[in-house]
Amino acid sequence: MDTIELAKQIRIHALKMTSRGGSSHIGAALSIADILAVLYGGFLNVDPANPHKPDRDRFILSKGHAGAAVYAALAEIGFFPVEKLNTYYQDGSDLSGHVSHKGILGVELSTGSLGHGLSIGVGIALDAKLSEKTHRVFVLLSDGECDEGSNWEAILFAAHYKLDNLIAIIDYNKYQALASVAKTLDLEPFTDKWKSFGWQVREVNGHDHAGIKNALKDLPANKDKPTVIIAHTIKGRGVSFMEENAVLWHYRCAKGEEFEMALKELESAS
Amino acid sequence: MRDHFIKRLSELAEHDSRIMLVTGDLGFRVFDEYRRRFPEQFINAGVAEQNMTGIATGMAMEGRIVFTYSIANFPTLRCLEQIRNDACYHGANVKVVSIGGGFSYGALGISHHATEDLAIMRSLPDITVVSPCGCWETMEATDAIVNTPGTCYFRLDKSAGDDAPLDKEDKFKIGKARVLREGNDCAIIVTGGILEEVWQAAELLEGRGISARIVSMHTIKPLDRETILQVCRDVGVIITVEEHTIYGGLGGAVAETLLDNGVLPRAFLRIGLEAGFSSIVGSQQYLRKRYGLDAESICNRIQAMSIH
Repeated sequence: MDTIELAKQIRIHALKMTSRGGSSHIGAALSIADILAVLYGGFLNVDPANPHKPDRDRFILSKGHAGAAVYAALAEIGFFPVEKLNTYYQDGSDLSGHVSHKGILGVELSTGSLGHGLSIGVGIALDAKLSEKTHRVFVLLSDGECDEGSNWEAILFAAHYKLDNLIAIIDYNKYQALASVAKTLDLEPFTDKWKSFGWQVREVNGHDHAGIKNALKDLPANKDKPTVIIAHTIKGRGVSFMEENAVLWHYRCAKGEEFEMALKELESAS
Repeated sequence: MRDHFIKRLSELAEHDSRIMLVTGDLGFRVFDEYRRRFPEQFINAGVAEQNMTGIATGMAMEGRIVFTYSIANFPTLRCLEQIRNDACYHGANVKVVSIGGGFSYGALGISHHATEDLAIMRSLPDITVVSPCGCWETMEATDAIVNTPGTCYFRLDKSAGDDAPLDKEDKFKIGKARVLREGNDCAIIVTGGILEEVWQAAELLEGRGISARIVSMHTIKPLDRETILQVCRDVGVIITVEEHTIYGGLGGAVAETLLDNGVLPRAFLRIGLEAGFSSIVGSQQYLRKRYGLDAESICNRIQAMSIH
């Protein structure tokens, strides 16, 4: 399966999972589908047949509310049966709305409260440096999540300790729970902030697979510096009426006709 | 306690490269020797406790045994969610060390009064909570914590009681209380360095015809239910002493244990902090006296109970 097809399947799964479960955050899941498809579609050194192999790349979803998309990606590449996705958000399931590692092969870290994942990624990267291990650490954050001060503690630390084996990816879809990022707590000039904190910055269209692959090439971008890839994305990407009202589709769940319309759009995507 | 902790940790770190010490920019001069001997096993995370706990979890997930270190409420309450969601939920070998239990930093003000930490930390799932009563228990507990998988809260005190082992059979074990003094009229169950006041109180009580047993409850979680129930059956009168709020800490835990098991004491008293914040400052000794936690006050309150 190529990454375009994988992204399409992640989107369809995420829509079905959130609609069946009546859960929020479909917009956030659709936003990262292409990034996940490139990462899990052959880029990350992970192996479903050997999920705990020591030299695997570590991927952390810090924006845990988009967990449906990660579960879908992991199931599609064989970490667990695709049928298990049907239990997402259901009574008695271990596939929680926010991503959980307990009993779920392939998930490194449970998150859900924002501002936790980057620090843990920093710890893993620091351990790798100290132990001369070669794996890399990828942490996917949301833009709204960058409001959390804990991230900036981690950003300071990672640069100070020259953790060039750490790559943060920002899903910069410009919307958070109640309004746009610009109207909530503006992050701009975002690139300059990262640069001034000592990170190497790459910017990319987060839905252009060739562009994402290119941004992930030749890491670290700069020896002795952690890298951040600021991925410009569209919340609700792939479903036109969600893209048009990103704030609404942070929490809204597609039901009935809305679900059918959304599914049709995602299935007809090429 | 602090120096004993560092001494033992240094001995352990020498033979176990998994041990890592991460400080939140505290411990001036305290870590000089450790740092010199084990530069690869020391990190100053800066004044950033959330990140300190997060990176500790990350390193622990990769196989290290990571001690986070700060004072008073900084390594606990400031980053409580990192301890809960990250360290505890992932079963990470993160050992949270706070120097300055109770009024250890009494003169520094309420930000530095660690007076609810035991209650809060013991309510977390998948955590061990250790609060030694003296320097011997501190050293032994340091060993035990390294060898106990999972997340741990280790509360150290500026003061320390005499907790020397009674004999060769007296071993330190997490979750196993120690009877430090025999006595048959009442039992004082104590945690933390305030043991020093309890010893004096027991001597004063002896002079007033009351024989007090002293039990060191150095582990708050898992709690030694067996010893608590046995002591209550033996003696019938239970007093708990902690330099901590009486709500939800040692006293609360002992009360829960007794009631849950239907073992009811004839008389029961929780000695600890009952008022709210202390805007009054002072030395640990001064504040203990002010809030009725010094030996004389403890003795008087026990004497006023219906013991016989």
